[in-house]
Amino acid sequence: MSSEVILEAIDVIKHFPTGARGLLQRTTGTVKAVDGVSLQIYTGQTLGIVGESGCGKSTLARVLMRLLEPSAGSVKLQGEDITHIHGQHLRKVRSQMQMVFQDPIASLNPRHSVGEIISTPLKFLEGHHAGSDKARVQELMNLVGLNPEHYNRYPHEFSGGQRQRIGIARAIAVNPKIIVADEPVSALDVSIQAQILNLLEKLQADFGLSYVFIAHDLSVVRHIADQVAVMYLGKIVEIGSPEDVYGITAHPYTKALMSAVPVANPRIAANRHRIVLTGDVPSPVNPPSGCRFRTRCPKAQELCAQDEPLLLDRGHGHPVACHFPD
Amino acid sequence: MSDEVRKGEVVLEVEDLSVGFPTPDGLVQAVNGVSFSVSSGQTLGIVGESGSGKSVTASTIMGLTNQKSANVLGSIKVGGIDILRADEPTVRGLRGQEMAMVFQDPMSALNPYYTVGNQIGEAYAVHHPGCTKKERREIALGMLNKVGIPNPIQRIDEYPHQFSGGMRQRIVIAIALVNNPRLLIADEPTTALDVTVQAQILELMKSLQQEFGSAIILITHDLGVVAEAVDDVMVMYAGRSMEKASVTTLFDNPSHPYTRGLMGAVRSLDHSSRGSLHTIPGSPPSLISLPSGCSFRPRCDLAASLGDTCSLKVPSMRRVEPIGSLSACHLDDQQLVNLTKKNFAS
Ligand SMILES: Nc1ncnc2c1ncn2[C@@H]1O[C@H](COP(=O)(O)OP(=O)(O)OP(=O)(O)O)[C@@H](O)[C@H]1O
Ligand SMILES: Nc1ncnc2c1ncn2[C@@H]1O[C@H](COP(=O)(O)OP(=O)(O)OP(=O)(O)O)[C@@H](O)[C@H]1O
Ligand code: SF4
Ligand code: SF4
Ligand SMILES: [Mg+2]
Ligand SMILES: [Mg+2]
Repeated sequence: MSSEVILEAIDVIKHFPTGARGLLQRTTGTVKAVDGVSLQIYTGQTLGIVGESGCGKSTLARVLMRLLEPSAGSVKLQGEDITHIHGQHLRKVRSQMQMVFQDPIASLNPRHSVGEIISTPLKFLEGHHAGSDKARVQELMNLVGLNPEHYNRYPHEFSGGQRQRIGIARAIAVNPKIIVADEPVSALDVSIQAQILNLLEKLQADFGLSYVFIAHDLSVVRHIADQVAVMYLGKIVEIGSPEDVYGITAHPYTKALMSAVPVANPRIAANRHRIVLTGDVPSPVNPPSGCRFRTRCPKAQELCAQDEPLLLDRGHGHPVACHFPD
Repeated sequence: MSDEVRKGEVVLEVEDLSVGFPTPDGLVQAVNGVSFSVSSGQTLGIVGESGSGKSVTASTIMGLTNQKSANVLGSIKVGGIDILRADEPTVRGLRGQEMAMVFQDPMSALNPYYTVGNQIGEAYAVHHPGCTKKERREIALGMLNKVGIPNPIQRIDEYPHQFSGGMRQRIVIAIALVNNPRLLIADEPTTALDVTVQAQILELMKSLQQEFGSAIILITHDLGVVAEAVDDVMVMYAGRSMEKASVTTLFDNPSHPYTRGLMGAVRSLDHSSRGSLHTIPGSPPSLISLPSGCSFRPRCDLAASLGDTCSLKVPSMRRVEPIGSLSACHLDDQQLVNLTKKNFAS
């Protein structure tokens, strides 16, 4: 890829203690939420992340945003190591990155009006004039398809999809360099979804924004991403251009994922072949030895239990972590 | 093909439901004269633009819209009882047992201070007074397993914030299903789930339906899910019901101009890998001052062909022959059928 790397994760690991909290109980293990992930986000491009629920996408996003400190590995923003920075320095770095959170209602303060919520990040801008906030907020509301007259309303007065768009308006308010968007369009009907995707692409074209775009909707990711990373249980199992990952799918997990996409046609839906994953869904507390997908993989062999497959180009033109790729 | 496939007895009957919220700017008419029914064994999908009144309809059915602060009109009968007129203890008795809801926002439905095991067990205990602590725990474990949470024994004593977005959603689903309700309303139950878990949850709902003959309302914007999981569909726009049809009829012959716009947007996403996506031009109307006549009029490119009709009269629902769907549009059958042929011949 021609453009330069803006954000980079190098062998990032994030573990959480698990089990009940509380004074008397000890922790019973560690959730290996992200377990050795390296990737690059290029200026003006979009990295899409897909993968099973609980595989570590949101955790990885929070580490990239430095909302979480990784347990090991490092995060670099434009070549600068930001893995362990704190305080003032961290705040400054963060002002260049914005996040759209997966849970819209939990990320919006119920006691603040939408106008206040969207204008909050504006207050940290250099040369900020409070007088122009309202106009800017209403412009943003318009851009994401919210009625600007609802400026004084509170989050509970909005529908699910409207709340999601409040989060998007807040993220684009300060013209950040990078937006990490966690399921930003999942609650939107297709027409508004298309409107938001068009808007994100326009902002990217106009201002060279970079995106990390997490979504479970594979057609949305194919549409918007320049690079797609498929995660399974804390690791990347396949990564490449959408043409590669969707066209020359090599990893058995990616294959299963693709085959499970619902088709918007009741006649096709009734007759198509879906790869149903059987076998135990492993836990990130004690992932299987060797290949983490082997407990559910239709192609698993003995080697898969012994050796962990590395993420390498195995003749597909893009990296795949599988001993026996298609 | 008949459009309102009756599989069993009517479990829910909604008649002429309207919900308005008074605000300082005026009355927000979120739901505006909606009627439908669902029978046991039937799955009704509700689709429609963001903000069209789907969730408000759902929570009003559950008796969760405060009638003191909102204007609620019409009737909602669940197993013969009118939710809007029954007293609070009666409605509370129905909720969780007869009818349950999976909310759109999983985090707001969970209590951050209780473990997930306690919350599932509690939902069970409310309707099973006298059950033991051990029973509760076993039920909770079983449910965690059913919704596909790996390693339930280890995770039953954890708190909501320790779970991923999709796992929380599955916990909310477990709570809704724990009493095998006769009516299940699932509001975007799979939005935070990847496609494989989504398929698993849809299966789980289907098996509940087969086992207990439950009636299901599935609210979703994902037309792929609609195609796979529902029998009939109601399309909402600006608080009104625009079209009702069986799922195959709706996909083969979307008759209402709004439905056709919606379908167009799906197709455009499925077919283009890059470039601008198709949207329905314009934006949804303000629910405080709806356009006169048909609420879709300002965005409808066919309104002009009917002169003033669309701005003078609210179109009522009628059957479109020979397609068989119910549609709220002033265009006549022949015009609607022609449109269908023009754009959706396969
Ligand atoms: N308490 C309230 N006060 C004022 N307006 C409200 C209130 N609750 C909902 N609304 C408005 O009513 C309309 C319908 O909301 P509802 O949540 O039913 O939409 P929805 O169809 O579920 O949309 P989505 O697909 O985005 O979830 C929205 O325009 C919303 O802003
Ligand atoms: N604060 C935390 N404490 C303990 N465990 C956590 C915490 N946050 C996340 N986890 C665990 O880490 C794993 C990965 O979670 P994460 O939220 O990153 O998944 P995800 O890929 O975003 O899933 P989804 O698609 O469901 O949102 C899960 O097993 C989750 O339970
Ligand atoms: S390494 Fe083995 S178990 Fe893992 S995905 Fe490949 S074939 Fe399947
Ligand atoms: S009634 Fe008129 S404005 Fe409404 S959808 Fe039909 S043609 Fe369009
Ligand atoms: Mg997540
Ligand atoms: Mg809703």
